[in-house]
Amino acid sequence: MRKSAKLITAASSVALLLGALAVVPGVASADEALAAQGKKIAENRKKGNCVACHDYKGAHLAGNIAPPLVAMKARFPDKAKLRAQIWDPTKNNPNTIMPPFGKHEILSEKEIDAVTEWVWSL
Amino acid sequence: MKKFLIAVSALTMLGGAAISSAQASPSEDLKQFRAYFFKKFPGVKLQDYANGIYALDATRRFEWEAMEEFPPYEDGVEVGKKLFNKYDLGSCFQKGGIGIKQYYPYWDKKTQKVRTLEQDIMACLKKKGVDTKKAKIGWKKGKLAAISAYMAYTSRGKPTSVTIDPSKASLNAYNKGKIFFYAKRGQLNMACADCHVYNAGMLIRGNLLSPALGHTTHFPVWRRKWAKKTAAKKGKSGPLDGFGTIHRRYGGCNKQVRAKPFKAQSETYRDLEYFHTYMSNGIKLNGPSVRQ
Ligand code: HEC
Ligand code: HEC
Repeated sequence: MRKSAKLITAASSVALLLGALAVVPGVASADEALAAQGKKIAENRKKGNCVACHDYKGAHLAGNIAPPLVAMKARFPDKAKLRAQIWDPTKNNPNTIMPPFGKHEILSEKEIDAVTEWVWSL
Repeated sequence: MKKFLIAVSALTMLGGAAISSAQASPSEDLKQFRAYFFKKFPGVKLQDYANGIYALDATRRFEWEAMEEFPPYEDGVEVGKKLFNKYDLGSCFQKGGIGIKQYYPYWDKKTQKVRTLEQDIMACLKKKGVDTKKAKIGWKKGKLAAISAYMAYTSRGKPTSVTIDPSKASLNAYNKGKIFFYAKRGQLNMACADCHVYNAGMLIRGNLLSPALGHTTHFPVWRRKWAKKTAAKKGKSGPLDGFGTIHRRYGGCNKQVRAKPFKAQSETYRDLEYFHTYMSNGIKLNGPSVRQ
């Protein structure tokens, strides 16, 4: 049992390393793997750096400029709307301090997909 | 990517709460600017704003006061004084250059441009025949900043007294500075006002954001971050390591949002300094001061 658990973690981290979205049966779903990838991007200072402004469960030294990221599925039943907020928050609020991650090419489209998946899981 | 480094993406920021419109007079701007902060931070008095984040946070203030007990800039100010005397810089200024920093920057009628203290120091050095290249005197830090720090030191306690000349060209420069302050820029699309007006007092990661009111009173500053960086580069620490002029700070804050910084003493930064300093009129000078 122990052994297989180890194997499973190893498998999923390999999948992450490759950026592969393949479903490993019985382990993390593709969505979860994508979300895990998104979390890394979100916490990378040179990438999303969402934690500079947003708090969320498990965040380390978060800023307090922005609303905490919680219950996101309830607040954004439509995932596309959530993605749009990350891609270009100035659409909703031209004065927002939140950077337009897609519009200004701070993150790639793929990276935004991953971050969206992660935020949606919060 | 590249285009965002230069482009100002929105010039619509003047709709913000702290300033009425592009056409408002400087004195109306000033009134609204401080009314905004007084409302946001009811316990903080006008003069307290000279202390930046330390006016807002008791714990940080405590550490900072401890630092100011044995000021790391003291030897640097002494070096500045020696240079000031060595080159007889007092002769280029009114009142021998003592206690006059509060009048900077000013509108120079002759050149029809904003003029800063650093420019006047540099011009005086040239006048005295100093080969500034050979003497390694640059614009943002080191010796020039030390001279400026000494002149700031002699002006401690004097209220900021910037006059916005009522001529059209001067008002134009002032407005350019104001627009710069409120305009979003850089890949991250942030304005000075985003951090230092609308989110002043908030934390961006672990950094408390200072209010723009009072920003200019304590420059040049002695920053521990700069001191560490210079000392690491040289392999040893020196008395001038931590000094930086306000234009050095402007450049740093532009880079943070991945905007291309302007040159120190560029017209853009001088116009910004004109607006930015005028907003702090009446607040007493307390430079140089220690910052993180
Ligand atoms: C510099 C500050 C800053 C950064 C960095 C930032 N945000 Fe935001 N974010 C905000 C602010 C402020 C708001 C509030 C809405 C507004 O300003 O229009 C917000 C709103 C949001 C919302 C909408 C929340 C709601 O409940 O309506 C989401 C989702 C969001 N941000 C996700 C992210 C993600 C994901 C990242 C990183 C990839 C990120 N933010 C980075 C400042 C920031
Ligand atoms: C992303 C946020 C951000 C933006 C945008 C920003 N700054 Fe800053 N600024 C900071 C932080 C963080 C500090 C260090 C903490 C403090 O004193 O506020 C700082 C410090 C300063 C200081 C020194 C304050 C002191 O007490 O010594 C000045 C002056 C300043 N900024 C001016 C500006 C100007 C002018 C602009 C626009 C050109 C600007 N900043 C844009 C985050 C920002």
